[in-house]
This record gives sequence, structure tokens and C-alpha cells, in this order.
Amino acid sequence: MTTQSEPHIFEAAAGTSVVLEARNLRKHYAVKRGAFKPLATVKALDGVSFSLQAGKTLAVVGESGCGKSTLARAVTMIEPPTSGELLYDCREVVGRSAAEMKELRRTVQMVFQNPYGSLNPRKTVGSILTEPLVINTAMDKHERRERAVAMMGKVGLRPDQVDRYPHMFSGGQRQRIAIARALMLNPRVVVADEPVSALDVSIQAQVLNLMMDLQEELNLAYLFISHDLSVVRHIADSLMVMYLGKPVEHGAKDVVFTRPRHPYTRILLAATPRVNPGLRVDRVLPKGELPSPLNPPPGCAFHKRCPFATERCAAEVPPLRAVDERLVACHYAEQMD
Amino acid sequence: MPLLDIKNLSVEFTTRAGTFRAVDGIDLTVDEGEVVGIVGESGSGKSVTSLAVMGLLGSNGRVVADRMMFAGRDLLTMPAAQRRKITGKDVAMVFQEPMTSLNPCFTVGFQIMETLRVHEGLSGKALRNRAIALLEQVGIPAPETRLSAFPHQLSGGMNQRVMIAIAIACNPRLLVADEPTTALDVTIQKQILDLLVQLQRERGMALILITHDMGVVAETAQRVVVMYAGQVAETRPVGSLFERPRHPYTGALLDALPERALGKRRLPTIPGMVPGIADRPAGCLFSPRCRFADARCRAERPALFDVDDGRARCFYPLPDGHLAAGEAL
Repeated sequence: MTTQSEPHIFEAAAGTSVVLEARNLRKHYAVKRGAFKPLATVKALDGVSFSLQAGKTLAVVGESGCGKSTLARAVTMIEPPTSGELLYDCREVVGRSAAEMKELRRTVQMVFQNPYGSLNPRKTVGSILTEPLVINTAMDKHERRERAVAMMGKVGLRPDQVDRYPHMFSGGQRQRIAIARALMLNPRVVVADEPVSALDVSIQAQVLNLMMDLQEELNLAYLFISHDLSVVRHIADSLMVMYLGKPVEHGAKDVVFTRPRHPYTRILLAATPRVNPGLRVDRVLPKGELPSPLNPPPGCAFHKRCPFATERCAAEVPPLRAVDERLVACHYAEQMD
Repeated sequence: MPLLDIKNLSVEFTTRAGTFRAVDGIDLTVDEGEVVGIVGESGSGKSVTSLAVMGLLGSNGRVVADRMMFAGRDLLTMPAAQRRKITGKDVAMVFQEPMTSLNPCFTVGFQIMETLRVHEGLSGKALRNRAIALLEQVGIPAPETRLSAFPHQLSGGMNQRVMIAIAIACNPRLLVADEPTTALDVTIQKQILDLLVQLQRERGMALILITHDMGVVAETAQRVVVMYAGQVAETRPVGSLFERPRHPYTGALLDALPERALGKRRLPTIPGMVPGIADRPAGCLFSPRCRFADARCRAERPALFDVDDGRARCFYPLPDGHLAAGEAL
């Protein structure tokens, strides 16, 4: 286990409170390749550090297989990390007893991507929303229902819909239910895994507005996982771009969007389709596809697809280092202008 | 004469709840070598339109049209056996989810060769070579060895390339791509869109691109059809549509894009939702959600009127393409 701490340029400013901190999180899975072959290791998450402040949004961006969802599972304590530290309110998570874990889990809740799959079709909205209270609190039935109805109002659902089933709602309304469920225990951190990517444009705007309003009202911290850079640009305060389990660029939103310094970030930005022709970036075409995480290339994991790669990139793993107000893992970050 | 000429096409589905008109009197023309984008939210009827064009609707879908011509031949009166000779050959389709559209039980080579065998009557070495050439053309590395791969052994992007190879196998004159990149990552999406446009240019093929992603349409299509609740809301050349939308729905959709709201905290939204089977309004279908609707809009259905360089289904098209300041809530 490495103890070397990574450079950190996001020390909490005075007056803001860090609610969640991850230090060098790793999650490795052993996978079978065949009956007589040795087990292989997939490094789904390979050294991720960040801190998240109350009322702020950190967006995690990357293609499928980059470790976004594994990060969400580690942060929500669904799965323990292989190594690394996770701190909520400066309290270490790893190694706690089951009772303490239960208490800690209340501080972080999750909103899933697909509101058609994440709500139990056999439960009414009321029982979906009160279930966290049944498990985690000693409230009586009347009080629980009162809370559920109040929360429905907060997310823009009518109180008389409390006894309806999920299939009676549209996709946008279901996502509102999912958000309401995540907020029932007054969490401080909400992990949202692609919360709007299954929704139509006009509905997406409503849900994004709702999320931003709730953040302001409840001082929530969001870990917002997405592949849509235009959504991220709208909602995030800071941005972490991941590639094959590792962050490649991490910094304040405006810094990363206006002056991306990792070739992968630049390619992602160029690949995002734009409505406004003036916003379209010169086409740097990405070569090939994401390599297999079972067998990542040596050196920089991105070098086989990178238009700027040199021999050094194939040989040497670039460390995450501070360049121009952000962290970036590229040997030639200084030259990327 | 346009390659595809559809007038007043409606598609009705009979369900237990009654008859539902998923597509309601749309006109669609596509010229030889033209890229037409169809955009709309879910439930707008864009996929059903494409399935009607392909003749792939199930038995509960009833297709009615005044005219449905492809390359001078009438698709409506054509016997099924003849229609099958066109489908997959002259008109081909790329579906949304490559992982579920390919048959998991057969190699990709078999699935490409099947099309060539049926429509072109190829066999043996010639058939194999043609399949290899196609895989090469859609940018699949080591095509000879990939012929014997099963879909589950390939990534989503590679499978979509295989789908495209199958679709272009018989040199179609019209390719219908229904959300071809929705299931893919952005970098792969870009590769696939570039491939489609490149093939379209090289072969002079017409392309209908169906998507819900405004950015994809803006970057790829030449002409855009915006659909709402089974009807055409607006149809215009791509540049002027995005610069100066005339239908309030198009305007509101564009305003709801985060890309257009840089610096604004809240995104403008469209209140309410697309009307369903039972709650179709009497007047303009968009009137319950439209900020500019008046008594006339609520009572009378607007026709498609000529505006600038296209048409819009609105009594009061937006004068300058922008909604008034402030948001609809």
C-alpha cells in the first residue's frame, strides 16, 4: 500500500468545510481468465484523491470503463476500497465497526442513472420514501409519512401522489422520486451517477434546476458522475477527468474547460457535439478505443490513443502533478496550449 | 424527384386502451445524397416513422399515407415480397443498440454475409472477400480474424461498426440511422458519426439521422425535421434552424440546452410534458406548454405554414428566433 500522498492544490478555503475526502483510493478486482490461467487483476480504481466541500459539486467525467461507477460504489460504502482512505467529516471510514458504518452511511446517499430501474415497481412512492426512515430512525408511522409528503413538495411532486406507484409517473418525475429518496435522511453528500442521461432535454433541464436548488437550500455536496460535458459545465464547481481508473486532469471547472492541458480532456471536449458552430473545437480525432483494463498499456495508459504521444509516454507513467492551477497527469502538460 | 417522398403519413397502433396515433400526418422528403436529421423527445414518433419507412412495423401498427414513394416506386401498394427486396438493400437501417440488434448466436461474419447472400447472391470466396472489404471500410482492424468473432467479443463501438457494415453491404441509396450513437461514449460517438458522414459522401447515399441529441444533428445534418407528439413541428435547413428557430417548441428545446445557458444558473425549462394517449389537446398539440399560446391556439390545430426557408406548425412563429427573457415556470 502506498502512503505517498499526492499533490493537493485544493486545500479547503477558509470558511468552507470539507465533508468528504478520498486519499489514494484503490479498488482492484481479481478476475478469472480461464480454468488454468492465474487470476488477473483489474485496477478499476487506481489511486484517486479528492476532497468535496459542502454546497459544492465535483464532477467525475470519463468514458465507460474509466472507473466512475466503481468510485461511486466506494464512496457510498457499497464496497470497501482495496486500499486508501475515505473520510467523512474528517472521520475515517475504513475499519469501522458495522454499527458505526451504519451511522456513517446516512451521510452519503445515491441517485442512480435509470429511474425506470432504480424504483421498486411494487412499492408506492410513500413506502419508497419512508423506507430509509424505517431502517434508520425511530420515527412512528405518522411522522414518517409527514416527512415523505414534505419531501415530495420539496422536489416538485404533489402530495396527493403519495400513494401512486412508480409506473404512474414520467421519467422526469421518477428521477424526482429518486432524488427525494436520497434526501430523506438529510445526507451531506449525494452521489449522482448519470442522473440526467436517461432524460429528454427539456426534462433534463428541470431535474438539473431542481438539483441546484436543493443544493443551495440544503448545502449539499454533490459527486456528479457524467459523460456529458455540457451538463457538467453547467452544474459542476470542479472537474475530475478519469481514464482507466486514474484521474488524468483535476481542477476548477473554468480552468479545465477553458485551458484543458491533458490531451484526453481536449479530445473529450472536441468530441462533444455542439449546437453552436462557434463553440466547436478543432477536430482532434480520438484514435482507437479504451484499452482492456486487464492489460493496460505500459507507460501512460492513454499513449496509444494520444495524438501527441512520444517514446517517453510509452515508457514512463506520468505522475499527477500541479501545472497551471490544476492537477494533470501528462509529461507534456506545459506544452498543451 | 426526391429519393424518398412521403406525404401525410400516419401510423396507428391498436391497444387495449384504444387506438393511438403515434405518427400524425407527417410529410418527409429526402433527396439523393442528402442528410436529414429528425429530432424529437421520446414519444415524438421519430422511431415509428423510420420503422414505417422500412416496413418493419408489427401487425398492430397500421400505416396510412397519401403517398409513400421510394425512387419512383410506390411502397404502399407494393407486394410484400417485392418490398423485402428493397428493405436491407436499397433502404438499410442502423439501429440504436448494437449489442441487442446483432444476433448473439452467430458470428459477425455470418451476419454480414447473410445480407450479401440474400440480396446479391454472392457465395464462397467472393462473399468472404466482400465481407472483409466491408469490415475494413468501416474501420475494423484485422478484419479477416474478426469475421469469426461473436458480438459479445467486440466492444459497443465495434459492434456498431459491424451494424453499419451490414447496412451498407448492398450499397443502399438511403440509410436510416435510428439513434446510432446513443449507447456509445462521446469519443466513439464522434468516430461513428464521422464514419457515417464519410460513407454518405463517398457513396452519394442519402442519410436519415434520427436522434434526440441536438448537438449531433447540428453537426451532421443538412436539413432538420423537429417532431413533437407525432407531428412535424418545424422543418428547416440546419444552419438557420439553430440560429433562428421559428417554432416556440424548437426555441424552448434549444434554450433548455446547458450549452446555451453558459453563465446562467438556472436552465429555462418547458413546463409539463408531451401529451399522451388520452390527453391530446383540442388545438395545437404544444399549446398547453407554450408560453405564447392564446385562445386560437387552444381551439384550432395549426397547419404547417411556410416560414423563411422552411415550414413551422405555428400560428405565431417566433419573430427573431428567441424566446423573451425570463424562464417559463
